Amino acid sequence: MKYSLGAIQYYWPKADVVSFYRDAADSDVDIVYLGETVCSKRTELRYTDYLQIAHQLREAGKQVCLSTMTLLEAPALIRELSRYVDNGEFVIEANDVGAIHLLQERHLPFVSGAAINCYNQYTLRQLLSMGMQRWVMPVELSRDWLSELLAQEAVKDVRGCFETEVFALGHLPLAWSARCFTARSENRAKDECELCCINYPSGRPVLSQDGTTVFVLNGIQTQSGLRYNLINQLSSMAGLVDVVRLSPQKSGTFDWLARFRANEFGQAPMPLQADDTNGYWMKLAGMTLEQSEHYEQ
Amino acid sequence: MELLCPAGSMPALKAAVENGADAVYVGLKDDTNARHFAGLNLADGKLQDAVQLAHQHGAKLHLAINTFAHPAGWVRWQSAIDRAVEAGVDVLIVADISLLAYIAEQYPHIERHLSVQASATNAAAIDFYRQFGVSRVVLPRVLSMAQVRTLARTCSMDLEVFAFGSLCIMAEGRCYLSSYMTGESPNTAGACSPAAYVRWQENSQGQLESRLNGVLIDRFADGENAGYPTLCKGRFQVGDSVYHALEEPTSLNTLSLLPELYREGIVSLKIEGRQRSPAYVAQITRVWRQAIDTLLAAPDDFHVAEAWDSVLASLSEGSQTTLGAYHRKWK
Repeated sequence: MKYSLGAIQYYWPKADVVSFYRDAADSDVDIVYLGETVCSKRTELRYTDYLQIAHQLREAGKQVCLSTMTLLEAPALIRELSRYVDNGEFVIEANDVGAIHLLQERHLPFVSGAAINCYNQYTLRQLLSMGMQRWVMPVELSRDWLSELLAQEAVKDVRGCFETEVFALGHLPLAWSARCFTARSENRAKDECELCCINYPSGRPVLSQDGTTVFVLNGIQTQSGLRYNLINQLSSMAGLVDVVRLSPQKSGTFDWLARFRANEFGQAPMPLQADDTNGYWMKLAGMTLEQSEHYEQ
Repeated sequence: MELLCPAGSMPALKAAVENGADAVYVGLKDDTNARHFAGLNLADGKLQDAVQLAHQHGAKLHLAINTFAHPAGWVRWQSAIDRAVEAGVDVLIVADISLLAYIAEQYPHIERHLSVQASATNAAAIDFYRQFGVSRVVLPRVLSMAQVRTLARTCSMDLEVFAFGSLCIMAEGRCYLSSYMTGESPNTAGACSPAAYVRWQENSQGQLESRLNGVLIDRFADGENAGYPTLCKGRFQVGDSVYHALEEPTSLNTLSLLPELYREGIVSLKIEGRQRSPAYVAQITRVWRQAIDTLLAAPDDFHVAEAWDSVLASLSEGSQTTLGAYHRKWK
């Protein structure tokens, strides 16, 4: 099993990002995804900054992928995307089929991100023929869905040609909008947002009127209110999942990496907290938490 | 400029074609389409009748097969395509890459449109779908008029936009909020905030509460208009404020943009609402038919008639309408 760090979903000051990746370089993580995937106005780091970090991480022995924007609405964003695609060194994680189109034109391999709608074996085969090397499963799918998909004749003979990756820790990216919900929460127009999302390094919680955390606002992205945490499901991933993705947290990310590794075969399970969830993997509503057997009394 | 109206039943289809729809879109009675609601859509045997009825009125029939096929159930989607072709539908509306590839291989002659559920928001994404012979793209409702204009001027692809109806504030096909709360999403089950999970109850203060799978979506004071608890349209608390954190219950209405959409060569105006009644479809179709005819008669002298606006407002969610993302300030 390999472990990856997904792209940082939130808007952090540059110094925090640089320090996070210094820690990543020192950690035993295998793969690092790097880049802004949520909002193009977030420019604490630019292309050359990301490339510099990418080089440092590679020199530390990490496999580096450049992650790209999910909601591409303007021609300028496509031009910026082309720069990443043409970087000449690092594999791209495509989060929109527009990126796949650019990669396909250049005959470049790619990682298909969780926001690409690949729900079945034939779509997966299509993506493979376009150059996909790794498939990050859409976050709403379950273990059963994955195992059923991988068991289909249409992919059995090509199973060795791609890796599978599953989002396993962090607030789930659930939706993208034209509207910036963080700006809206501060009563600002999107055009006058003043990048206020930098004040919310873990996003802004949305509560129901009776106090349940429902969502987390992260700019134009809406995330799960609860943290997805598949630490106790790692042993059920054997033979299905090649890469386990941890989404960078404001703190404690590398402690979690150590805990995940320690429990890879179920040898060191952890009691989950009330703000954790694992529903999607268990084929339940995403917000549901099913405690592992070890903790059912 | 085509007027494309919704129909969730044969009577609604009849209402649409009799009131001036140029084309009507329908779905089958299963999870192959994104309005998979009980009592809605056409049973298999009705598809041929629907084609006939549409053609009798000189209208085209589009079939939405726009959810994402399941691994073991893939043949269900395949068979929906096969039956649609056999029944003689004019257009297939599709989002799943595997189904687009299947149609391109098996039925290259059939016209296929890229469903809004595929979320193609840019020229590169539109170019991606050309390899499957897509001849029209339905644009997501997240684009502003300026962005629609840019696409219209830079892409040699026919474009269809949503003109009226329920407003999705998220990029369609990339929203899992519903499965997060209920286990069922538009992509996997063809439903958002499904009715089976909705509960209405009065709390101890006498307020009406709406819940989705147990989660409190909204609370209504006496006399307040209590809308369906679509999860993105509830009132939630962020910081110290309770408000519509994502979106107000309101409908999209682009009547005032009609001349501009026409100038930019948008080929089709889509009215949302396969879940609505035949009476609704009749009224809405009549208004949009009048508006488009008025526009075509004198494109430079178009004014929104007050009567149209009041009919549309009366048919709207919360009696409110908005230009949504078409209007930059909305964002």
